[in-house]
Amino acid sequence: MKRRPPLLGLLTILYVMWSLVPVAIAILFSFNDGRSRTVWQGFSMRWWTGDPEQSLLHDPALRTALRNTLVLAGGSVLVTVPLGVLLAVGLQRWRSRAATSANWLNSLPLVTPEIVMGAALLLVFTHLYSGIPLGRPAQLIGHVTFSLGFVVVTVRARLTSIGPSYEEAARDLGANRTQALRWVLLPLLTPAIMASAVIVFATSVDDFVISSFLSSGASSETVPVRIYSAVRASSSPALNALATTMVALSFLALGVALLALTAWRRRHGEQAGLRSALGDVTQMEL
Amino acid sequence: MSGPSSPPADRRWLWPALAGPGTIWLIVFFAVPAYGVACVAFGRVDPIFRDAIPVWNPLQWNFDGAGEVLRSVVDGPLRGVFLRTIVYVVAAVALCFLIGYPIAYWLARHEGPRRALVLGLIVIPFWVSFLMRLLAWVNLLEPDGWFTRVARTIGVEQNWLNGNHGTVVIGLVYGYVPFLILPLYASLERLDWRLVEAARDLGAGARQAFLRVTLPLSRPGLAAGAVLTALPMFGDYYTNDILSRSPRTEMIGNQIDFFLNQSSQKTKGATLVLLLSALLAVAMSWYLVSIARARRETST
Repeated sequence: MKRRPPLLGLLTILYVMWSLVPVAIAILFSFNDGRSRTVWQGFSMRWWTGDPEQSLLHDPALRTALRNTLVLAGGSVLVTVPLGVLLAVGLQRWRSRAATSANWLNSLPLVTPEIVMGAALLLVFTHLYSGIPLGRPAQLIGHVTFSLGFVVVTVRARLTSIGPSYEEAARDLGANRTQALRWVLLPLLTPAIMASAVIVFATSVDDFVISSFLSSGASSETVPVRIYSAVRASSSPALNALATTMVALSFLALGVALLALTAWRRRHGEQAGLRSALGDVTQMEL
Repeated sequence: MSGPSSPPADRRWLWPALAGPGTIWLIVFFAVPAYGVACVAFGRVDPIFRDAIPVWNPLQWNFDGAGEVLRSVVDGPLRGVFLRTIVYVVAAVALCFLIGYPIAYWLARHEGPRRALVLGLIVIPFWVSFLMRLLAWVNLLEPDGWFTRVARTIGVEQNWLNGNHGTVVIGLVYGYVPFLILPLYASLERLDWRLVEAARDLGAGARQAFLRVTLPLSRPGLAAGAVLTALPMFGDYYTNDILSRSPRTEMIGNQIDFFLNQSSQKTKGATLVLLLSALLAVAMSWYLVSIARARRETST
């Protein structure tokens, strides 16, 4: 029965190439020697560091975008992960009518198109919460709001797989409920916390719609917003360098998280290996 | 119940207290803003500055502005935009199925290191920023881009980047097809392939077994994939803006962006956001109910 139609394998390879080759070409063009983002004129570091005004290293607009993106992503991780872990533990155990509503409230942002959330936040920040200015504060709140759900999903999956027995054992041995949470459950949640952190970081770095709706002009441009406004203008390959840096940041975060997850799992005698670490991050059985 | 059994009365406050900060956050920054959209859409407009004034009391809502937008959607300039959005999304989701199903199927039928490698490669686009992927295509599709030149050598001369319907639809497919492949793969992976074998043993041909057993059994995965790709596509405006930037291809999202960000006609923008949400509410609630059901099944 296990026949493997070669056609499907071929299609899969073609798909993978289609999804990755254009990006590889865009990265290649960040090293173009000419001004063009479409015609290859030889290799150079001109648009990365060489050009004293327009390279990624020297162009103030590109540097601002990069800094904004990093600050926003770091801030989102710092706020979203603790908030989401508490929310996940609470929602997993809390049983009442209010809990059902809280569950719904938590799932809704996951399926709401970003433009709806961006528009709603823009309107509320300009008309109701006028103490919160557009720009970085509003963007940070937006990013936390839409990535909170990812943390909750990741942590709850881990909570379900841990089950109640470790905590019950701790309680039998005399720990009170808060101690059992702090000294037994929280350490067991470490992989989910690391996975959430990298997911929040990457979604924040990647986000365009919320950052754009809630930006207050050039000073709060993030990398995706910068790319959006410059991509159809005749900008130089420095734009490709900027985009490449952003992709590298996401993969760097992913790499660090995978290493940390693998190390943690090995130390705690859980099924180790890169594959299960990838499973933590992607929420899949690989 | 997954928590430690029968909580003593004195600690019952603990779980709501843990869930409290996050829930309050979501009320303040998700529920209230959602209500705020309605308050702007059904609110008033300052007669001098033309700025929107939200009306927070639903008893005082006035539906004149919203009605005007609705008339324009039913029988006016916005009608084309709505129809175009629906046609684009339906076409793009259909293409996503055509591309995604064979790949998910291939993944589900393979095991071992080769599958892990291909899965790894398929997950990569999730970590490559959406804007980077659009930037990559703009570079290839510009008049002297590599794709345009290859197309020219085989005799296809096209202006890909200015109001080309095909480019926008393919752009949507390119952006969102990974969101279809993964849930579809997850559901095909769990599929009971013995049923397919049984169908073959009982005399069904390969095609018949696929159409009458495999395909119906993969319906949950297909439905989840359709929702996960269609919802963001309906709200997408940047794919369109970057790959076309022409009124010929405008979608609902572009109109919302225009009214809210570029021309400050907030009442109209808010009304369109409400209309879009109403259009998508069915798909959203179906998906939420199905994941809530799955969660109950795994936690009991």
